[in-house]
Amino acid sequence: MSRYFVDRISRRLALCFGTVAFLILIFIAVFILKGSLPALGEIGVADILFSTEWYPSHGAFGIFTMFAGSVVVTILALAIAVPLAVGCAIFLAEVAPCRIGNMARPAIELLVGIPSVVYGLVGMIVLCPAIAHLSGTGSGSSVLAAAIVLAIMVLPTITSISEDSLRAVPTLYKEGALALGATHWQAVYHVLLPAARRGIVAAVVLGTGRAIGETMAMVMVIGNSPILPTSIFAPARTLTGNIASEIGAATGMHESTLFVTGLVLFVLIMAINSVGLLLNRRKK
Amino acid sequence: MYLKINRKKVSVFMTGCVLLAVLALGGCSQGASGTIAIGGSSTVQPLAEKWGKAFEAKNPDVKITVQGGGSSAGVKGCAEGIFDIGAASREMKSSEADQWPELVAIHVAVDGVAIVINPASNSVTGMTLEEVRDIFASGSNATWTVINREEGSGTREVFEEKVMSDTKVAPNAEFLPSNGAVKQKVAATANAIGYISLGYVDSSVKALSIGGVACNEVNCAEGSYPVTRYLNFITKGAPDGLSKEFIDFCLGSEGQKIVGEEDYISIA
Amino acid sequence: MTKLSPKLTQKFAWGFAWTTGVIAVLVMLLIVGYVLVQGLPVINSDFLFSSPEGGLAGEGGIFSCIVSTLWLIVITMAILIPLGLGAAIYLAEYAPDNRFTHFIRYCVELLAGVPSIVFGLFGFAVFVLALHLNYSILAGALTLACLLLPFLVRSAEEAMKAVPYSQREAALALGATRWQATIHVVIPAALPGIVTGIILCVGGVVAESACLYVTMGGSAGMPTSLLSGGRTLAVHVFYLAMETNALDKAMATGAVLIVIIVIINLITRWFSHYLQARMKGETSHGI
Repeated sequence: MSRYFVDRISRRLALCFGTVAFLILIFIAVFILKGSLPALGEIGVADILFSTEWYPSHGAFGIFTMFAGSVVVTILALAIAVPLAVGCAIFLAEVAPCRIGNMARPAIELLVGIPSVVYGLVGMIVLCPAIAHLSGTGSGSSVLAAAIVLAIMVLPTITSISEDSLRAVPTLYKEGALALGATHWQAVYHVLLPAARRGIVAAVVLGTGRAIGETMAMVMVIGNSPILPTSIFAPARTLTGNIASEIGAATGMHESTLFVTGLVLFVLIMAINSVGLLLNRRKK
Repeated sequence: MYLKINRKKVSVFMTGCVLLAVLALGGCSQGASGTIAIGGSSTVQPLAEKWGKAFEAKNPDVKITVQGGGSSAGVKGCAEGIFDIGAASREMKSSEADQWPELVAIHVAVDGVAIVINPASNSVTGMTLEEVRDIFASGSNATWTVINREEGSGTREVFEEKVMSDTKVAPNAEFLPSNGAVKQKVAATANAIGYISLGYVDSSVKALSIGGVACNEVNCAEGSYPVTRYLNFITKGAPDGLSKEFIDFCLGSEGQKIVGEEDYISIA
Repeated sequence: MTKLSPKLTQKFAWGFAWTTGVIAVLVMLLIVGYVLVQGLPVINSDFLFSSPEGGLAGEGGIFSCIVSTLWLIVITMAILIPLGLGAAIYLAEYAPDNRFTHFIRYCVELLAGVPSIVFGLFGFAVFVLALHLNYSILAGALTLACLLLPFLVRSAEEAMKAVPYSQREAALALGATRWQATIHVVIPAALPGIVTGIILCVGGVVAESACLYVTMGGSAGMPTSLLSGGRTLAVHVFYLAMETNALDKAMATGAVLIVIIVIINLITRWFSHYLQARMKGETSHGI
């Protein structure tokens, strides 16, 4: 076997491997769509997406409450995480002395690796009782508990991408501002942050994707009630939690509606991440 | 030289990966002889685990795995071949029997569904069925935190049939995936009310008497307690081979003794 | 309204930045510390080397979960590494700079963003049901390999791209084919980066729970073949927390997980330092 032959074969093979990611994406879309079709055909898109009643054993298959649950929890989590994360990014990129920064960065990054069930567990044991105490009623499994857990989980993602984009701003910009007599903070606020804006927005968008997709920690702390999240102390249910807790037992229409839940999640995430990727690309 | 060494390393690495992948796929053809996979109801789970341990002790070559997921998962999993034996804490539904006519259900024990509240902070000791139904139908409020089970739970089906009788449980109840989770939540939450299998009841929760009948093994066995059900093993076709041996063991005197030890009720 | 002087504003702003930094680090320390303090005292050799016995009290240890996790790591890596490296070699070495390549790269990025539970749903429909693998380690591993693929591709591609182009040119000028240059020059040089990526993926296997919860089942028994179900450490934490009273054991299992993750973090950190040192010091005698 000549080496040129090997080269030709391996080139083809590499191309095949290269398309695997694309194929998986297509397969996921096809299989989830295929699973969804019975429900979409029989119950109808509008009745699934916009009905607020989820009671599969009585034939009620509305997933709007979970959609709202996912969105509300994510927005709350971002409201907590974004100011913290941007603050952290400024801290790491501009404020912290080199040695402290080098110690804080891996500490914050460690948060990415911790399994989500561990967050869920700590949330269950520490956060929920505290929230029950605070609200004076219920068990503490609530939108608030979920949002706090989620905020901690997305914090490191947003921090590290934001820090990268702050560092990617040419030093000349900052030096120019300082030379014109700006304080360090004025340089950061009026020059660095606007210049890094796109990267920070992209970080937030990617963090949003991660937040919407989180599953097990949510199941553990949110209470899984299929109701509209009207109070931060009330329980709710997320799209992800709906799939995880019911797919093993579901049959027929119920199973198919869970695939619709997955489809909604998939489309939502695709849309969010496409925006994030576009923003990130244009930056370069 | 350097080139050669690296080439070797890399190709060994690569072939190692490929070999492992082939092995991984080759592993598929291995038969599952000597193992029984049981899955489904979390009510049956502790019992099935004890049965499994006892059966394994007598038959060292047999391996029995037990997992939860809920009764519907047990029925579905058995029909789809995921489990050798499905566990259900309710009877098969007619829809299931229509969809999978080959499934056979075997009663293996009797169990009651206890309505439980937090013992420390609530002095109520009994209610009528109607009172329980009203509380679950109106859902969580300042007085009660209602704990429900996930869709697919056999305990929930039985509860809905015998207590709720077609009234729906309010959706603002908390939904938990297992008896254990409900028990833990009720034990930890001051004004919580939930329902669990009699086999799970201990001093951390208080089982309410219903209509004056205490929820205990005697009352469940003679049927005066209103919310009782059979626990079932589901098999695809009549049980045969190892599954049959195991189910016979469970139904035999030794197996039924374990039922009593685990606070369920043996079938007469 | 008086305006704050620029210096005072800066003081406030810096105060905010410091506070957020301290909060983030404190949160990490509190979570890790809490789990370790609660969990470590429960861990002993009995806990590590006996298997879960089920039941409400969560009796037994975590041995079969450790074994399941190890099996899952091996099988997942056996599927993932050839696929991931192949894709990375294509993207880094062969792919022309055209729309198709951009599209492929875009797919990799998009795949990285798909939530775990959606992979779980996919794995459940395809591997568990359609291919009749049932709830098994193999089904879990195949699903996980799909999930981790984009991460390995990304890190391996980056590592290969960081190899100076002149090294490839030197190999090609000596008459090597593109494939020989890749195998003998690029991959050895990029190996530390690739290994770092692989180790991070191992961390991913250890930490993942949602997609395994719906593809591997929850059987806590000792796995006997690739087709037997299994419960990884992370999934075991979920089961202990949701189905038993043994929250102390859940914490202990969580502590084991955290220790593993910290070790993986340290290894990758060490590797990337090694990589940097090598890039700085050794490029002159690369081949």
